[in-house]
Amino acid sequence: MRGARNAGWAAGAVAVALAAAACGGGGGSSGGGNAAGVLSSSWGDPQNPLEPANTNEVQGGKVLDMVFRGLKRYDPKTGQAKDMLAESIDTKDSQNFTVKVKDGWTFSNGEKVTAKSFVDAWTYGASLKNNQKNAYFFGYIEGYGKVHPDSGSQSADTLSGLKVVDDHTFTVKLNQKFSSFPDTLGYAAFDPLPRTFFTDHAAWLSKPVGNGPYAIESYTKGSQMSLKKWDGYPGADKAQNGGVTLKVYTDNNTAYTDLMAGNLDLVDDVPAAQLKNVKSDLGGRYINTPAGIIQTLAFPYYDPAWNKAGSEKVRTGLSMAIDRKQITDTIFQKTRTPATDWTSPVLGTAGGFQDGLCGKACDYDPTGAKKLIQEGGGLPGGQVKITYNADTGSHKEWIDAVCNSVNNALGNEKACVGNPVGTFADFRNQIGQHKMSGPFRAGWQMDYPLIQNFLQPLYYTNASSNDGKWSNKDFDQLVDQANAETDTAKAISTFQKAEAVVRDNMAAIPLWYQNGSAGYSQRLSNVALNPFSVPVYNEIKVG
Amino acid sequence: MSERPYDPERAIAPTGAGGAMDLAASEAETLEKTPGGPEGTGPAGKPRSLWSDAWRDLRRNPVFLISALVILFLVFISLWPSAIASGSPLKCDLSKAQEGSQPGAPFGYDGQGCNVYTRTVYGARTSVTVGVCATLGVAVLGSALGSLAGFFGGTSDSFLSRVTDIFFAIPVVLGGLVLLSVVTSNTVWPVIGFMVLLGWPQIARIARGSVITAKQNDYVQAARALGASNSRILVRHIAPNAVAPVIVVATIALGTFITLEATLSYLGVGLKPPNVSWGIDISAASPYIRNAPHALLWPSGALALTVLAFIMLGDAVRDALDPKLR
Amino acid sequence: MGRYVVRRLLQMIPVFIGSTLLIFLMVNVMGDPIAGLCGERACDPATAAQLEKEFGLDKPVFPQQYLTYMGHLFTGDFGTAFNGQPVTELMASAFPPTIRLTIVAILFEIVIGITLGVFSGLRRGRPLDTGVLLGTLVVISVPTFVTGLLLQLLLGVQWHWIQPSVSPDATFSELIVPGLVLAAVSLAYVTRLTRTSVAENKRSDYVRTAVAKGLPRRRVVTRHLLRNSLIPVVTFIGADIGALMGGAILTERIFNIHGVGYQLYQGILRQNTQTVVGFVTILVLVFLIANLLVDLLYAVLDPRIRYV
Repeated sequence: MRGARNAGWAAGAVAVALAAAACGGGGGSSGGGNAAGVLSSSWGDPQNPLEPANTNEVQGGKVLDMVFRGLKRYDPKTGQAKDMLAESIDTKDSQNFTVKVKDGWTFSNGEKVTAKSFVDAWTYGASLKNNQKNAYFFGYIEGYGKVHPDSGSQSADTLSGLKVVDDHTFTVKLNQKFSSFPDTLGYAAFDPLPRTFFTDHAAWLSKPVGNGPYAIESYTKGSQMSLKKWDGYPGADKAQNGGVTLKVYTDNNTAYTDLMAGNLDLVDDVPAAQLKNVKSDLGGRYINTPAGIIQTLAFPYYDPAWNKAGSEKVRTGLSMAIDRKQITDTIFQKTRTPATDWTSPVLGTAGGFQDGLCGKACDYDPTGAKKLIQEGGGLPGGQVKITYNADTGSHKEWIDAVCNSVNNALGNEKACVGNPVGTFADFRNQIGQHKMSGPFRAGWQMDYPLIQNFLQPLYYTNASSNDGKWSNKDFDQLVDQANAETDTAKAISTFQKAEAVVRDNMAAIPLWYQNGSAGYSQRLSNVALNPFSVPVYNEIKVG
Repeated sequence: MSERPYDPERAIAPTGAGGAMDLAASEAETLEKTPGGPEGTGPAGKPRSLWSDAWRDLRRNPVFLISALVILFLVFISLWPSAIASGSPLKCDLSKAQEGSQPGAPFGYDGQGCNVYTRTVYGARTSVTVGVCATLGVAVLGSALGSLAGFFGGTSDSFLSRVTDIFFAIPVVLGGLVLLSVVTSNTVWPVIGFMVLLGWPQIARIARGSVITAKQNDYVQAARALGASNSRILVRHIAPNAVAPVIVVATIALGTFITLEATLSYLGVGLKPPNVSWGIDISAASPYIRNAPHALLWPSGALALTVLAFIMLGDAVRDALDPKLR
Repeated sequence: MGRYVVRRLLQMIPVFIGSTLLIFLMVNVMGDPIAGLCGERACDPATAAQLEKEFGLDKPVFPQQYLTYMGHLFTGDFGTAFNGQPVTELMASAFPPTIRLTIVAILFEIVIGITLGVFSGLRRGRPLDTGVLLGTLVVISVPTFVTGLLLQLLLGVQWHWIQPSVSPDATFSELIVPGLVLAAVSLAYVTRLTRTSVAENKRSDYVRTAVAKGLPRRRVVTRHLLRNSLIPVVTFIGADIGALMGGAILTERIFNIHGVGYQLYQGILRQNTQTVVGFVTILVLVFLIANLLVDLLYAVLDPRIRYV
């Protein structure tokens, strides 16, 4: 009897649910954030608190780019560092800089942006006790070793290299010569911070306040953030739309489907599997522009098998066994461009990009590859395993394609296999503990568009991202020399010489330059991606 | 003792009836020794067990014969894939990616330009091994523990059921990432072991429920009254009546294990290349369903055929075990 | 009966401690979460050490970290996720949509699964039975990802019946299609379990007796046949509740539901012990309660099983 009653109840509940669906389903498209002039855009939940010096991934960076303006800003088209809040940044010796901050800038809460806003922010970012993940960006500033010692607790709370001269002037003293230092200042870690950041940190985190063209209206962690145009924004790059609603998506394919259904205006991460359908789905509402990202295969130089005489021949041979063009055409549908150097085309030739620097070593040549690998003593252990993490991005596809290409070139079906690692954390962990036994996936997204940024952090001895622990005296010397060079053109050409050292040793195999790709709805126009593959939100027009 | 009447897990447990039952049991001992016991006596008076009866039935059942043929075929291509497919499943040419059916590649090519037909044939070995072994492991372990818990009730039930709860609580993703990431061997066995470890609670719970119901039946009471031993009651009387749900769940689980293998590979902790399996191919082809459905269709079809064969086999076995059908 | 329930509730304590410890150790075995937090660029050793201290990762996992965690847990403090959000806040936002999704899925299992099961069990070998079998095969061999994606494209983009993604509110009406996708594989189990039980019990004495007594067919099926056939089905559904709640990773991803499965998956990938243990702890409680209810239901369905 009880069973029968339950069944009746269940049937009733379903009837209610179905009726509700019928009512709800007919509602049509009332996509989120479609208020006048407001566009909705796909987003991923930032995994760190949204502090400028603590944000080390693109999703948090997107918000910072809308909410903050720093001393410099990289031109959304050319990538050149241009003065934003900086009136001037002068130096005579590439080591001591005088920064003048423009007058008339305020944070969106009305507080003035002064020299102190920068000095305090930088000091906060550098301090060990604040756990800022990008602290090392301040590593060039004198006194960094005291506020951020390699071990133990900090012995100073302020950076001795930073001095406030007056409301709009401060000086920076570096601990080494670094001629392009001013050009690095467009990076988010160098953004100014208002007093409330320090006085009421928790409140600031739940609703960050900055000095950019947008102000945050509401922020529901893990779900969405709505940004409103800040009418009082003093800069020239005012928002051309009423605001942006960032919606968190658990999967980029869902975001793409929502775009097709008209529920979302902008997707800046088109899933690889849909690239083939983009034309038929979106017509012309799709952009594909070069970004400062290069994918490489790095090698474990702590493993003697990869660091002996002749190893460079094996590495070069492997490079020649990869049919980059076919992979970028087929797997990536031309959203990647075969790499021919170790930087990125967004630098421009003037900035140090050299098309074809890699030469024959990056051309697909099966016979040459076979020969070189044999000359170099064959593949260590007879098989290369390319390690990658399986949880983010669709790395499996291109790793498998690379391996198939190598196997076909070498005529051995088991010469190359992919070796997935479950999580990104574990992957990084294994790299940190020097556990790689063969080549591994390495990607580099530039922090600022300088050739220095593509070389020094990756190949300088013990540099922060030199995961393979490659070390070469000639390279180090050339980099030091380039950094000390006061003349920009000379500095760049010296960096290029250093890059040639990387090439001659095939320190890492360059694979392809990554483009940014985005699809958008019919409501939007003037959509563009900057060289960091982030949409230039303030220029987008709605309606 | 005072707790016993309130104890559902011990309801009608072997000693549950107290003194009266014990009397009956000792009386029954003599009966037990009489040749041609009360159960399983064939029409001719010659004792035949239920299981041998079942086997006789099965041999005449066309459903059983067909499913057995399909399974034999699967075993055959698992052992000798080269007999029906030429070329290597690892030979992939990206220039042919996503191409449709053509001579030499009746099923077309997948996203990496591998021959789908060859890969489907070669994938059988891994997938059938994973499916069958994991199912067998889970069914044996799960029904053993589940029927013990259901049959004996009491403390053993409490203990076994709570262990089941703990195993149920481990998320598959977490378990996979933790337990399988430490394994360096690139064979099916750790994957199967993992599936058995996390899969048995489901069968155990189903088996326990069925045994609890089956042991209420009059014939079980009768057998007990006649003094049949626990193991005899469990094997002769309860198992044939409780096995149906286990077979149903196990045969469907077989298919899910084959896809779970793909999930584990997708998570980067399952089988790695150069292994070939239906699961790996299905999960690789899934995102491209709009452009190259054929690459998904064939390995999925092979999986469906395998599951169908085992479901039919399970059905036939279950029918054979049901004396009411004779 | 009351005593039985109390005893079962008391048994939850060791299970609770055992499973939290197990999950706690498992998450920590995975390695160093700091390496993942720092991104493509390794943090400098000083920052890494500082972060470890901040999250209490510098102490031995067992017993210190575990005991500290459990201590906090009993005061209702589930800790903080890496992005600074309290885990309780995360739960408050993740559980409601998932609970609704689970309810929808379970309703599908009960209504569609049992109905189809009864009809195919009564008409074994007929077209309906075969059709259900084929449907089962499709559901098992086509990945959830594909069913979800196709439904999304068809219903959401082509026909505009539904929104392809679920809004943050995740109302019941939005969850019908995701619930169906989530329930699909379980539906196959429920249908076939019901079918087999019904087919088996159809030939039992009490059904024959009921038919012989001249009871209407409908009454025989619902009162006698179905009731006695439901035990394996109820067992399955009971065990499935917990699995659906914690295991909806794919469905939640496809339909953009920020629920338990998604948060748990993120927590696992980022090795966020606090999030994972917190969520699993709640899931364990759900399992335990669901199982208790199932055991009590046995007695309702089969009066011979008594929990006096």
